[in-house]
Amino acid sequence: MAARISRDDVAHVARLARLSLTAAELDMFTEQLGAVLEHAADVEALDVDGVPPTAHPYPLVNVLRDDVVNDSIDRDEVLRAAPSVEANQFRVPPILGEEP
Amino acid sequence: MSTAIELSAQVRSGERSAREIVDQHLTAIDGREDEVHAFNLVLADAARAGADEVDRRVAAGEDPGPLTGVPVALKDNLCTRGVPTTCSSRILEGWTPPYDATVVSKLAAAGAVIIGKTNLDEFAMGSSTENSAFGVTRNPHDTTRVPGGSSGGSAAAVAAGFAPLALGSDTGGSIRQPAALCGVVGMKPTYGRVSRYGLVAFASSLDQIGPFANTVADAALLFDVIAGHDQRDTTSIPENSPPVSPTLAEGVDGLRIGLVTELSSDGIAADVAGRVQAAAEALEQSGAKVGEISVPSTTFGVSAYYLIAPAEASSNLARYDGVRYGLRVDADTTGEMMQTTRTAGFGPEVKRRIMLGTYALSAGYWDAYYGKALKVRTLMVRDFDAAYEQYDLLLTPTAPTTAFEIGAKTDDPLAMYLSDVCTIPSNLVGQPAISVPFGVGHDGLPVGVQLMAPPMGESTMFRAAAALEAAS
Repeated sequence: MAARISRDDVAHVARLARLSLTAAELDMFTEQLGAVLEHAADVEALDVDGVPPTAHPYPLVNVLRDDVVNDSIDRDEVLRAAPSVEANQFRVPPILGEEP
Repeated sequence: MSTAIELSAQVRSGERSAREIVDQHLTAIDGREDEVHAFNLVLADAARAGADEVDRRVAAGEDPGPLTGVPVALKDNLCTRGVPTTCSSRILEGWTPPYDATVVSKLAAAGAVIIGKTNLDEFAMGSSTENSAFGVTRNPHDTTRVPGGSSGGSAAAVAAGFAPLALGSDTGGSIRQPAALCGVVGMKPTYGRVSRYGLVAFASSLDQIGPFANTVADAALLFDVIAGHDQRDTTSIPENSPPVSPTLAEGVDGLRIGLVTELSSDGIAADVAGRVQAAAEALEQSGAKVGEISVPSTTFGVSAYYLIAPAEASSNLARYDGVRYGLRVDADTTGEMMQTTRTAGFGPEVKRRIMLGTYALSAGYWDAYYGKALKVRTLMVRDFDAAYEQYDLLLTPTAPTTAFEIGAKTDDPLAMYLSDVCTIPSNLVGQPAISVPFGVGHDGLPVGVQLMAPPMGESTMFRAAAALEAAS
C-alpha cells in the first residue's frame, strides 16, 4: 500500500504551519497522519458529484446590528497582554531582510 | 449530595448560606483533587468572596437568580476576565483575558459562583484529557482510567462532587463522551443556541458550549441560563427559544424514538450495546414507540470530521504567533520567532491536527479531502432529515466503551479518534444531543446513552432524558 502522505509532504506542511519538527517527530507524524488519511480514504472514494457542500450547519446571511457605538476593550488592557510593546503598538523582531 | 436546584432554593430561602455551600465544595476539592486533578485553577478566594456577595444580596431581600449560590466549574477554554485562561496549553502562558465569555456573564447574572477552571485536552483536542500541558485528569470512579475528553476536568469535577454544575465545550463529543465515562449528564445544544463569544475557538462550525450536571433537571436549568441570542456571536440563532425546564416532566408518551443501527453495533462493546438496548426498552415501557432506523452516512462521520475539524483548527490556531498575547520565544526575525514560539508552545496532538488540517486545505488536496468532507456533511444533513420524518428522537450509545486505561490509546491517534464515532455526527449537522448515565458495564464503570434531536429540539430531548433517568 502506497503511503498516503510522504515524509517530504509532512515537512512541507510543517513549514507552512510554522512548526519545526525533529527527525524523530517527522517519522512519527508521517506514520500517524498516514493512518488518519488512510481511514479518510472512504470519504475520498465517495462519489458525491452534484452534492452541494455544507460549510456551516446553520446558514445565516446578512447578520446586522444597529449602527451604534458600543464599549470596546480598553487598549491598555489589551497591550498589557502582549509579550513586547512600544509606543502603543505590538513590538516584534525585524521582519525585513529575512528569507521569504 | 444536593442538586443545584436544591442548593439554589436553600440559599434563596435563607436555609443555608452560599458561603457554607462554597466552603463545603472547597473541602471536597481539598480532599480528592490531588488524586483526580480536575482543575487547572481553583478560585477559592474569589469563590468565597462571590458567595459572600450572594449572601449579602439575599439578606437584602434580592433574588440573585436561578443559580443563587451554586458553585460552577468552567472548562479552561472559556474566557474569564482577569483570570488565567490556558486551554491547557503552554502557548497561552501568562495570558489573562480582557473580557468574560457571554456564558460567564450569564452565570454571574444568574447568581452562580465560579469555583475554578477545569483541565482539558490542549485546545479541546482529544478524547481523554491526556493531551493537557498540565497533566492528566483521572476518572473519579477509577483513577487508573481516563475521564474522557476533551472536557474531562469538568466531567470529573461534577462526578467527584467538586461542583454540582460545570460547563464544557463540544466539538465532536467533548461534553457527551466524558459525561458518559464519568457517569454524569452532559449535553451539546443546537449549533448557535449558546453564544460562543469568549470560547477559545477550535473548529468554529462545530464548537458549542453546554452543561454538565448530576441530574437531567440540573443540566436543563444550566442550559436555560446560558442559551439565547447574543449579538457578539454572529452565528448565534436570532430566534428566542422557550426554556426546557418547565416541560421536563411531561414524559415520552407517544414519542417515536429510533435506535440508529449504524452506531449501535459495529465497534460498540457488548456491555455498552446491552445498556442501549435496555434504555430502548425502558423508553418503550415509559410510553415511547421505539424502532430501528438506518442513518447510512453516519459511517463517514469520523473521516469527515477529522478532515473538517483540523482544517478549521489550522486556521483558528494561526493566531498563536507570539505577537499579541501568550508565549513568545525570541529569535532574530519575526518569522523565526513565530516558528520557535509555536514549536515550543503547542503539544503533539495540536501539532498533529494543525498539520492534518493544513494538508487537507493545501493545493492539490483540497478537492479530495476538505471539499469532499463538506459534501459528506450535506449527505448527513439529508439522512438525518429523513430519519426525523419517522422519529422524534434518535438513540445511540454515547461512547463505544466504558472509561479506558490511562495511556491505552496515547500512541495511536486513530484509535483515540474512534472514541467519538457516536458523538461526531451531531456536531457535523449542528443538532442537539445529550448523554444520560444508564447503568454500568462489565467493569462496573458508568455507561452513557445518547439521545439526539433535530435542530431546536432540546425540549423533547430533555423530556426523554428525564424519562431515561427516572428508569435507570
